[in-house]
This record gives sequence, C-alpha cells and structure tokens, in this order.
Amino acid sequence: MNNPILLIIQREFLTRVRKKTFLLMTLLAPLLLAAVMIVPGILASMPEDDKAIIVLDEPSILLPSEGTEQFSLDYLNPSEFDLELAKQFLRESDKDALLYIPSGNGWDPDFIKNNVLLYGKEDIGIDLQRFIERQLEEKINNQKLIQQGVDPEVVTQTKTQVSVKSFTLGEEDGNEETSATPLKMGLGYIAGILIYFFIFFYAVQVMRGVIEEKTSRIVEVIISSVRPRQLMMGKILGIGLVGVVQFLIWVILSGTIYTVVSTFIYPEIFAQQVPMGPDAPDLSQVDQSNIFAMINSINFPVVLGGFVFYFFGGYFLYSALFAALGSAIDQEADSQQFMLPVTAPMIIAITTAMNVIQDPNGPLAFWMSMIPLTSPISMMIRLPFGVPVWQMALSAALLVGTFFGVVALAGKIYRVGILMYGKKVTWKELYKWLKY
Amino acid sequence: MIKAKDVTKQYGPKVALGGINLNIPKGSIYGLLGPNGAGKTSFIRIMNQITAPDSGAVYFGDRELKPSDIARIGYLPEERGLYKKMKVGEQVLYLAKLKGLSAAEAKSRAKEWFVRLEMESFWEKKVEDLSKGMAQKVQFVTTVLHKPELLIFDEPFTGFDPINTNLIKKEIKRLNQEGATVIFSTHRMESVEEICDHIGLINNGEVMVEGPLLDIRKHYMNGTYAFTTKDEQGFEGKDVLERDHVHTGYTATIKTDEYPSGLIQDLASKNQLLGFEEVLPSVSDIFIDIVNNGPKPWNS
Repeated sequence: MNNPILLIIQREFLTRVRKKTFLLMTLLAPLLLAAVMIVPGILASMPEDDKAIIVLDEPSILLPSEGTEQFSLDYLNPSEFDLELAKQFLRESDKDALLYIPSGNGWDPDFIKNNVLLYGKEDIGIDLQRFIERQLEEKINNQKLIQQGVDPEVVTQTKTQVSVKSFTLGEEDGNEETSATPLKMGLGYIAGILIYFFIFFYAVQVMRGVIEEKTSRIVEVIISSVRPRQLMMGKILGIGLVGVVQFLIWVILSGTIYTVVSTFIYPEIFAQQVPMGPDAPDLSQVDQSNIFAMINSINFPVVLGGFVFYFFGGYFLYSALFAALGSAIDQEADSQQFMLPVTAPMIIAITTAMNVIQDPNGPLAFWMSMIPLTSPISMMIRLPFGVPVWQMALSAALLVGTFFGVVALAGKIYRVGILMYGKKVTWKELYKWLKY
Repeated sequence: MIKAKDVTKQYGPKVALGGINLNIPKGSIYGLLGPNGAGKTSFIRIMNQITAPDSGAVYFGDRELKPSDIARIGYLPEERGLYKKMKVGEQVLYLAKLKGLSAAEAKSRAKEWFVRLEMESFWEKKVEDLSKGMAQKVQFVTTVLHKPELLIFDEPFTGFDPINTNLIKKEIKRLNQEGATVIFSTHRMESVEEICDHIGLINNGEVMVEGPLLDIRKHYMNGTYAFTTKDEQGFEGKDVLERDHVHTGYTATIKTDEYPSGLIQDLASKNQLLGFEEVLPSVSDIFIDIVNNGPKPWNS
C-alpha cells in the first residue's frame, strides 16, 4: 500500500519545481536580492564629476581655501564684481557653479549663514552642496569663537569622543558578555522579515493549490482515495518543501554572489559599510575589533533553532488557515475579503517589529511573542537578545498547540468547503461548517 | 455487495438522508434514482467514505465499510475534473497510485486501457489541451484502472457526448459481466432503464421503492393496456390515453380497473385486433405514481 501523503507531497513538490516560473524565480530572486545589497554600495561610492566653482566671497570668509580635487574654488575680486556680474561671468565661463557669500552690514556671521547663495549651470549635486555647507560651517564657527575670545585650536583639542563598552551581566563573575545590540537588532529584524515573507508567499500558494483543485473539480476524485485531511496535509508539506528548497538555493546563491562581488569585483566598496534599508539598524556603530566578542555573545544555536522552529511553525499555522480559506471559495478573486483578517496579525507583527527591537523584553514584545499568530515573527526578533527559557517554551507550546487546534478546525472547514460549489460563503457559514 | 442500514445524514438543519435502507446485490447494475436533492450524492459520498453517516451503517460484503475499501471502489463523481496543467499519463498514474496500485502495475494497466479506448496519443498531452470528450475518456479510465469490485457513477452521462456515452456504456457492461457491481446515480430515470437490472428510488432522503427493476415495473402495473388494431375503428367514445399510427396499423393505450374482456370482444367484432398487452410502467411513471399516491404495498 502506497502512503498517500507521500504521494501527494511528491506531486505537489514536483509539479511546482518543474515549472519554468520556479526556475526563473529561484535564479532571479538572489540576483535581485544581491542587487539590492550591492547596488546602493556601488552608487554611494560613485563620485560626482569634478566641479569648478567660482566664489564671490565678500567677507573673505572662505579664502584662502582652494577646495578639494573634486571641487575646486576660484575667487572673484569683490571690488570688481557684484552678484549680477558674477552670474554673467558664470554664464560665459566654463565653470560649473557660483557661490555667493554676502558680507551684509558689519560682518554678522548669522546674516552670512542665512544668505549664502549657490548657482549652478545644472542642478547642484548633493555632495557639492554638502561640501560648501561644511566649509562655511567650520569657518563661521571659528569666526564666532574668535569673536567670543576663544581660540578655535583649544576647542579642537578639547573635543572628546566617548565610546562606552557595554556588557550584559551574567549570573557569575567572568561571565560578562560584550553587548552587541546593533548586531542583535540586525539579526532579529532580518530573521523576522524572512519568516514574514516565507509565510506570506507559500501559505498563499497553499490556498491557490486548494482553489485550483476545487475549480478543476478534481478534488472529489482525490478524496475518494485519500482522506481530506491527508490531502490538506500533503499539500501543506509539499509546498513547504518547495519553499525550503527554494530558500536554501537562495541562501546559497545570494551568499555566493555576495562573496564573489565583495571579494573580487568591488572589494574597496565592501570594506566600508554598505547602507541597508532606511529602517535597518545602523551597524556602523559596531566596533570592528569587538565583532568577535559580540558574535560570541549571541546564542546562535538558540537563534538558529528558533528560526527553523518559527519558520515552519508559522508556515504550518498560516497555511492551514489558508487551506481552509481556499476550500471555502470558488475563485481566487473572492479571497480578498477573507485574506485581510487572516493576514492582519502578521502585518501587525511586522509593523511593530521596531518597537519590539527597541524594548525586546517589554510588555508589547512579550505578548506579541506569545500570541501564536504573531509569535513566529515577534519571538524571532526577540531571540537574539536572549529570551528566558520559560518564555520560549511557553511561546513554542502555544504555537504547536494552536497549530493542532487550527488544523482540526481548518480540516473541518476544508472537508465541507471543497465539495461546496457556487455558494458565496460568509463567516457565519464557515462557522456552521465546523459543526457538520 | 452494499447494504445500508438506517443511514442518516444531516447538514445543519437540512436532512439529506432520513434513515435509508438499501441492498445493492453483487453483480448487479443498480440505478440509484431520484430527483435532484433527493440524497443520492450524500449516500454515494458515504459509500466512498468522503463523509460519515450520522447514524446507521453501510456494509461492504458481509462486514462494515472500512477505510481500505476505497481501493475496491471506483468512483466517477458528478463534479469531475483533472489537474489541467498535468500531463495525462502522469495524472492517470498518480490517481492509480493513490488507489494503492504500484507504479509498474498502474502503468501497464493504463497503457492497456489507452489502447482499448484509442487514446494512446493523449499520454504526453496536458489535460488543458484535451477536448472535453477526450478528458471524459481519461476520467473514465482513472475510475476503472484499479479494477474495482464496485463502480459508482454519479450522473455519468451528463456532459458526455453520444459517441462516448455508447462507448462507455459498452465498457461498463463488459466490466459488469466480468464481475463488477455497478451503481448508476441519476435524476434522468429514463437514461438507465435499459441498462439497470435493479433500482432504488429515493426522494427527500427516503427510499420509496427498491428491488429488481422488472419486479417493480410489474408491481406498479396499473391496468393500462395497449391494443394494436388495423385502424381507428372501435375506439370511438373510449378513454384513450395515447394513440399512434404504426407500420402494422394503429395502437392505443387504455386504462381500466379490471381485465378488459368486454373491450377485447368489442374491438374484435368492429376491427381487426392484432394484439394486446398490459403495459409496464416506466420508472418515471412509477416515481410520479408513488409521489402522488404513496407506495403500493407488496402482496401481504
């Protein structure tokens, strides 16, 4: 006797893996991901063109600075030029921009800082603008200090930078760990987002698969050979397997591309920090020399084990819900009204991710990591920071328990739903099916 | 082969089966007949163990139905289909393996059937590229491939074209002669009269009558006689139900409460009486009769 669940898993897996779109997605996604990681680095490191700037510096505040290699400064004589003449001069010259610094009445630094003008033949690049602003800030600062009778040299010498080494106090002496908050933030956040996408992407595929079987009317043929629950579980496992394979290929390919590009093609860029997303924690604060101590401070077996557990736990929970949804509707277009309530917890978990990161042991983080519909994401974000064992155990137990509960309920809805055609289903109707 | 004992099934407030008792003899071609919504599909799904009865039991042979029996049943549901994107051959093998056949066994039997029904060229095609008639043949093959002892067809001939209908009727008869018990479920009662030897009439979740088709038809004979004469003479003033000119002459059906010896003499004197017989009612006539007058008690 063949094991029907294995047969179903096999079919679900093979039909998906053999599709051209699978191959395409599997190969293209890492390229896209790598591009997302690499392109900003390349772009950020690309210098703007050299610019020649003419300066009409009435208070002689910038003089005698000649600028940099990239931005060269040439000064006009303020006694020969006014702003209009200078603009005229810019038009006729091969220079790129005109910087006008008015002296105002009586050399007032506050007047100057508010009335500096920069004209460009083309749009002024952000780097040029920053360069000018920094130069002027420094000069005006010094000028103000001198006016107050302070030697700018003294100020420079007294400037102090503090870098606190933070530790997490262990139970015993000598057990102190170097705190690695930024690294933990990054790790938790990325792991949470991965789980979010995985659940979304593949649980929806389970729903699609169920709808496909329903609309093609094969489902009754199948369930005259296997139990509806076996069909549902086979589908969930088969698609999950596709996800795992795709995910592993992505990790390997992305890693390979990243390594190749960063070590062989653009090594100089990757020596600097690569900017991530705007939301991503700033890793640049990480003291490079401390990095190994930090890595050691994270309990990787727990984080990795947690990732695998919540990755699958979340997927199984949601895909069972989506399977029930798919069984209740006739076509995908009808799925919208049911999708939102089901996906809302996940969306809440991801939108509160930053709050959880900022206070990983606070009440929000605690409750979000206990509620099974949000815990796969929220608990994953917390894990790198270290979570008490009882909380991990409780969260895991709740997730597993809920999973079995949901599978039982989803199975009932599924069993009725797959044989129900041409009926607009309501929530009330779904509730009734539980009792059939 | 199949015995149902007091089987009930309820969906919410709706009673689909209100305690039915059926006996489907081994080797029979059994017509499970009744209007839409009578409970036919509910009962079929219970036989296929897609749903369980709320109470009562179904016996397969001499013991209660058990999960492994699904491998002994072939079921073609009313709502039938195939995976559109899958290749035909692959799909037939998949469904056969789900029924417990080994890959090799499934393949050799499938090839046999594909040759028999002249559909070898389908094997590598995707289902979405098949015509409707071709897809129907594939569905039929998947139903019978595992050599089931019991074949269940729910509304089998809706959607089938006439050529396929005849082909498949022929194949079903052959399978029946080789020992398979066949159940046809349909609301189109006339469509199975010629092929069934047993019927069960169901209405509103209750069995109205069940047994050998001929016995039932004889039992429900209601004094309708068909006369064949040379022409129309002699029928004037008689209450004729149906009349027709046929190549041998003229036929008329007349309903009487007693044996029509007077009428026979009358006709014989006025006309040339070529033949007369008592008419067997059709299944749909019987159905209407029972709905209107209730079941007719068997001799007691």
